[in-house]
Amino acid sequence: MTASVQADWKVIAFRLKEEEYALPVQHVRSIEKMQPITRVPGTAHYVKGVINLRGVVTPIIDLRERFGFAPEPYGEQTRIIIVALEDMEVGLIVDAANDVLDLPAESIEPPPEAIGSVEASYIDGVAKVENRLLILLDLAKVLDR
Amino acid sequence: MDMSQYLDLFIDESKEHLQAINERLLELEKTPEDMSVVNDIFRSAHTLKGMSATMGFEDLANLTHQMENVLDGIRNRRLSVTPELLDVIFEAVDHLEAMISSIAAGGDGTRDVRRTVEQLKRIEQGEMPNKQAAREEPPLEHAYGEFEYHVLEQAKEQGFSVYEIRVRLRDDCLLKAARVYMVFEQLNEVGEIVKATPPVEMLEEEQFDREFLVTVVSKAPADELQKRLMGISEIDDVKVSRLSSDEPSAESEKAAAPQQPAAMEQAAAVQAEAEAPEKQTVKQATKTIRVNIERLDRLMNLFEELVVDRGRLEQISRELNHAELTETVERMSRISSDLQTIILNMRMVPVETVFNRFPRMVRQLARELGKKVRLDIIGADTELDRTVIDEIGDPLVHLIRNALDHGIEAPDVRAARGKPEEGIIQLRAYHSGNHVFIEIEDDGAGISREKVLQKAKSRGIVSPQAAEHLNDQQIYELIFAPGFSTAEKVSDISGRGVGLDVVKSTIESLGGTVSVDSQPGKGSLFSIQLPLTLSIISVLLVQIAEETYAIPLSSIIETALVKKEEIFSAHNQPVIDFRGKIVPLVRLKDVFAVPGAADDGDAVAVVIVRKGEKLAALAVDSFIGQQEVVLKSLGNYLSSVFAISGATILGDGRVALIIDCNALVK
Repeated sequence: MTASVQADWKVIAFRLKEEEYALPVQHVRSIEKMQPITRVPGTAHYVKGVINLRGVVTPIIDLRERFGFAPEPYGEQTRIIIVALEDMEVGLIVDAANDVLDLPAESIEPPPEAIGSVEASYIDGVAKVENRLLILLDLAKVLDR
Repeated sequence: MDMSQYLDLFIDESKEHLQAINERLLELEKTPEDMSVVNDIFRSAHTLKGMSATMGFEDLANLTHQMENVLDGIRNRRLSVTPELLDVIFEAVDHLEAMISSIAAGGDGTRDVRRTVEQLKRIEQGEMPNKQAAREEPPLEHAYGEFEYHVLEQAKEQGFSVYEIRVRLRDDCLLKAARVYMVFEQLNEVGEIVKATPPVEMLEEEQFDREFLVTVVSKAPADELQKRLMGISEIDDVKVSRLSSDEPSAESEKAAAPQQPAAMEQAAAVQAEAEAPEKQTVKQATKTIRVNIERLDRLMNLFEELVVDRGRLEQISRELNHAELTETVERMSRISSDLQTIILNMRMVPVETVFNRFPRMVRQLARELGKKVRLDIIGADTELDRTVIDEIGDPLVHLIRNALDHGIEAPDVRAARGKPEEGIIQLRAYHSGNHVFIEIEDDGAGISREKVLQKAKSRGIVSPQAAEHLNDQQIYELIFAPGFSTAEKVSDISGRGVGLDVVKSTIESLGGTVSVDSQPGKGSLFSIQLPLTLSIISVLLVQIAEETYAIPLSSIIETALVKKEEIFSAHNQPVIDFRGKIVPLVRLKDVFAVPGAADDGDAVAVVIVRKGEKLAALAVDSFIGQQEVVLKSLGNYLSSVFAISGATILGDGRVALIIDCNALVK
């Protein structure tokens, strides 16, 4: 998936620490408020457990911990973004999510060598829209075990 | 005309017809003279041809057409049924199946079938794939179809006699067809020819050696017929034999010895006739409709939601303690339990749908391996949940291949061991309690204890020290260990690196177990135990600190409170004494690293669970209660979590994990 050949992207923008990230909207099923999570023993530390998402048991990943950031207590703004990739449905815990954006193809650039604090391998590219810098996540890498 | 709306129907029906053809072909192999079987196959092939031509699948129609021609030949007794001929027809059916699958998968159903079509054409023209087999035809003999039988019976009732006349022409006879014509002329003068073998068309074309057989009904005495025929020149010999009343039943009761009293044979023939139509009427009597399986799955999913809400309602009504509400909820619970039974039953499919491909597989493998094997299927009507049916096929294929390849010995070996040359594999299915058992038993060589031990040691599956303490049963179980394969030579049939461990893990993933027993020289028995249904199970909910877990009732023996001083230590492993047995104590809070778990109090609540013969005591904080829950998967992202087999949604909407006891009992 090279950014240069992509047409305009519709993305969901969300906040993690002080940075803004984006996921293509076709991968996003829904955005949920925080809800009780059942811990699943013996899984990776960033897998917080499973929730009952309208009758479907859905695993939840804390994106902060996935990227190795310090965990923060969940608050009013905390959201779970339910994403789907191939045959997997997973919820991602983020600090806040409230924006849907259209990213023109020309605004997207390949990832720089070092960007923010996220390991570059999770990143598909960066986009500059007005004054905002959005980091496009490579979902396959994020969900890679 | 847009055919796409008929496509699903076409695929479904084609599959049914192909299955019917498969089954009937195997039957035909056993009873090559049974024309009713050929007729059935012919009808299925004919329908298939018509449907595929309408749908525009040329290759399919073409191949079926050729097949139909050959079947027609068999029906008209121009061709005789030989294993080689059946091989070609089976091959054609294989092609047809592949084409239908291709169409079902969205393909166009084209396939290169020229070779098979060519072979069928050759057979149709009377050329046998194997000339040898064609010439080995048994001495001429009449077999009567149902219709002919009735004609003969009627003739007899009206005072005619039935004669079978064997006519042999002289070696130097030049105009065979002319002589045949004269014989027929003579016979027609005094009676009526009912049947000729070979058929009249072949006689007219001189497609026979020197001998032919005719059946005649006549009022004339036998010696008059004899005299009339002997008057024709170039006739070597004429044998006229009068048919007694029981002989025409030879077809239906071929095996029955003619010495048997005629009455008995009659009865048997009548019974055999009565049986076939009866089967059909039973099938017609139950009215069925075709329901797309996806709809059933959706129904099941919706019902699962209902079960979750039912749990929630039950909980609320308990909390509110309102008499009318409680009563209503109880009634609703009862109704939904009935509904559950019905829905689960609707999803039940007879194991036949899996079993019916095995006879062919066994036939083919047996031919490839040069072994003689008979497959007996018992309890094919046993029903299992569709989800289990979908998964159970491959493990069974593996076990049957295994029995054929490693179990049943070659015919000469069997003969040397004083066994009948034909080995028997028995495939049994039956219900017992809440489980379905599927067993595969062979009367082959059995499992060699020494070979298994030797291999297990060399593969590092058991240490030589541990091996000494194993009993026979434990040694046999070693064949299920990963990386184990006893085949001395890797054959095409089994032992392709995929071992029995895969069979075991597939069955365990279905919530079942598999075990093996064997008697050297006598054979082996593989026994699979499966739950009736996968989706709704009874569990015991238990509390560990703040977390709730569910333990399937099917693996629980009982619950108990154990005093602190009754917990002992053996080899650093805490154990308890349970009814005189030493049972290891597994503290779930340690296994699952439950946060905030307190130390044991004065007494520990334990759940005794079982895996086969082995027990374990699972220590929990408290018991919550028993509940019917819907088993859900953890999703593909969390595909394998240790000792957790799935999850369920409780009455309060929270998720509880279901414990996989098999992983905890060592």
